[in-house]
Amino acid sequence: MLPFRLLNTIRLGVKNLLLHKMRSVLTMLGIIFGVASVIAMLAIGEGASYEAQEAIRELGSNNVIIRSIKPPEDDRASGGQGGMAVEYGLTYRDADRIRATIPNLNEVYPMRIFRENVRFASRQIQAQVTGTLPSQIELLNVPVILGRFLTDVDQMYRRNVCVLSESLAIRLFDFRDPVGGEIKIGTHYYRVVGVVGDRQRPGENSQALRLSNAEHFVYIPLSVARSRFGELIVRVSSGSREFERVQLHQITAQFALAEQVEPGSEQIRALLETSRDKADYEVIVPLQLLQQAEQTKRIFNIVLGSIAALSLLVGGIGIMNIMLATVTERTREIGVRRALGAKKRDIITQFLVETVVLSVGGGLIGLAAGLAIPVVVSILTDMVTIITLWSLALAFGISAIIGIIFGLYPASRAANMDPIEALRHE
Amino acid sequence: MEDIIRIENVRKVYKLGAIEVEALKGVSIRFKKGSYWAIMGSSGSGKSTLLNLLGCLDRPTSGRYFLGEDDVSDLDDDQLSDIRGQRIGFIFQSYNLIDQLTVLENIHVPLFYQGKDSPEVFEQCAALAERVGLGDRLHHRPSELSGGQQQRVAIARSLANDPLVILADEPTGNLDSKTEDEVLDLVDELHRQGKTIIMVTHDDHVAERAERVLHLKDGLIHRMVENRKEEEEPVS
Repeated sequence: MLPFRLLNTIRLGVKNLLLHKMRSVLTMLGIIFGVASVIAMLAIGEGASYEAQEAIRELGSNNVIIRSIKPPEDDRASGGQGGMAVEYGLTYRDADRIRATIPNLNEVYPMRIFRENVRFASRQIQAQVTGTLPSQIELLNVPVILGRFLTDVDQMYRRNVCVLSESLAIRLFDFRDPVGGEIKIGTHYYRVVGVVGDRQRPGENSQALRLSNAEHFVYIPLSVARSRFGELIVRVSSGSREFERVQLHQITAQFALAEQVEPGSEQIRALLETSRDKADYEVIVPLQLLQQAEQTKRIFNIVLGSIAALSLLVGGIGIMNIMLATVTERTREIGVRRALGAKKRDIITQFLVETVVLSVGGGLIGLAAGLAIPVVVSILTDMVTIITLWSLALAFGISAIIGIIFGLYPASRAANMDPIEALRHE
Repeated sequence: MEDIIRIENVRKVYKLGAIEVEALKGVSIRFKKGSYWAIMGSSGSGKSTLLNLLGCLDRPTSGRYFLGEDDVSDLDDDQLSDIRGQRIGFIFQSYNLIDQLTVLENIHVPLFYQGKDSPEVFEQCAALAERVGLGDRLHHRPSELSGGQQQRVAIARSLANDPLVILADEPTGNLDSKTEDEVLDLVDELHRQGKTIIMVTHDDHVAERAERVLHLKDGLIHRMVENRKEEEEPVS
C-alpha cells in the first residue's frame, strides 16, 4: 500500500515536472554540470595519480638515484671553451664508498649515460647509451627477449658487445634477427648479443618524474663505456666547444626495504657532501617524489572537487529557487489537498519527491556526461583518465542529497501554509 | 434524529497585528443528520469563519465542536487532517479541482490520503463520476470540462470519502443560472439520499432550496428561518 502511494507520488511529481519541460530541464542543468564535472575531474585526477605511480614504479620505490649535475657556472666552467674541461660529477670512488659504507644496500648500480647515434647499415637513430654492470637487468625490470644481457665476462674483458631495447632493435633490424649483428655506436662497432623489452613508458603528465625522454636504449658494459668513450665529453654548440669530464652520470642505490630508503638517502647525502666542495650531484628519492605526487594530487583533487561541489551547490540553489516559485504557483492546489485530508508530511513528500526527481534525473544525465567527458579527454589529449566506482557513487549520492536538502525548505514552506489562506490564494 | 454536528458557545478571535478581531462571538447550534442548511450573512458576518471551523480547517478560540461522536475542538494538525479526510466533503465556489489530474484521479484525492488505492476504490470513484453524469469523462482533465461539469466532479469528489457532512461554499457562485440549477438539483438529490448538507450562500434563491436558513450577523446568530417545501418532508 505504501509503496504504491510513493510510486503514485513519484508519478505525480514527474507529471508535474513534465508540465514545465523547459523549466525542469533548465533546473536540471545545474545538477547535470555539477555531477558531470565531479566525475570528470575525479577521473582526470585519478588518472594523473596513476601515471605518477607508474612513473615511480619505473624508478623503483626502493631506489635512491644519485645523478651528476653540472654545478652552477663558475670561473672554471666558463673557461671550458679555452681548452680546460669542466670536471664534475660522481666518481667511481663515490660508487665504491656508497657500496662500502651505507647499510642495508641491496646493490649499487653505477652508470654512464650518453646520447649517441646508433647506426646499422644505412639506418641511423639517436638512442640513449648506458654503460652499466650486468646486474642492471634486475633494476631495469624488463624481460630478455632475444639472446642474453651483458655478463661479467663482457665487463671483465671489455668486449664490444651491446644489448638493444626492443623498439630500437625493430627500428634498426626490422624483423631480422639482430643477435650477432654489428652496429656502430659513435665511432666504434659493437656486436648485438641480446634484446630486452622496452621500459614501461609512464604517461606524458609526469615529466617531472622521468629521468629521460629517450625511447630507445642501448646497454654496453661499463668498462667498455669507460675505455671507448673516455671521460671527456665534447659538446659542440653554435661554433663553440665545451669540454666536460664526468666519470659516472648516475648511481642507483637499491635498498632492501622501503623503510630503509629515507634514512639511507640521508646517509648518502651526508657521505657525498663530505667528499666534495661543490654541489655537482642530486639525490632523487622516488619514494619521496611519490609522496609529493600524492600530496599534489590531494590538493589538486580538493581544488577541483571544491569547484565541482560549488557547481553542484549552485545547481541545488537553482532547484530551490524554482521549487519556491512552484510552491507559490501551486498554493491553491496545496490548500485543496490539505482540505481533502493531506497531512503536512504528505505535502512535504510531494514536493520533496519533485526536487529529488529533478536532482536525481539531473544526476543520471550528469553521470552519463561524466562518463563521456574523460573518454573524450583521453582521446584528445592523451591523458590517462580513470573512472572509479566510488566517484560515480559520490557524485550521484551528492546530487540526491542536494535534492533533499534544497527541496526541504520549499517543501516545508508549502506544508506550513495555512490551508484557509492557501485556498483563498488566487 | 441524532445531531451530527454540535457546536457550543464557539468563539473565534483573529489577531491582526495588535488588533484582535472577534469573528465569532459565541455561537451554539446543532445540525441534525440528513438536514440541509443554508448559511447566509453579509461579508464580515462570520459565515466563512464558521464554515472553516465546521470544516476543521481551523480551531475555535474557545467553545466546543462535536463532529459525529467526537470533540474535535482541540485536535492537532494531523488529527484534523484525518478528520477532514474521513468525515467532511468540501465543495468550493471555484471547484478547486487539481489541473494535472484526470476526473477519476481528482475524485480519488481524499481517498489517496487515507491510503485507499485498491482497484475497488477506483471503481467506486468511477461510479461516483457516473452518478454526477460524467461517467464518460473519467480520463479528461478539468481544463477540458465546462464549469458545470467541473463542479459536478467536485461534488463527486466530496462524496468519495462518504462524509458525515458536505460543506459547500457558494457552490454556484461561478456558474450561470442554467448550470446553477443543474448543480443545485444534484445537491437536492444528495439531500434526498440522506446526506447532511451545509451550504454558504448570499443568494436567497439558492438558500430557498435548503430546509433551514441560518442568518449570521456580526459574529452571532441573527435568526433561523425554516423554509416551507411543497414536498412532504418530516421536519424535525
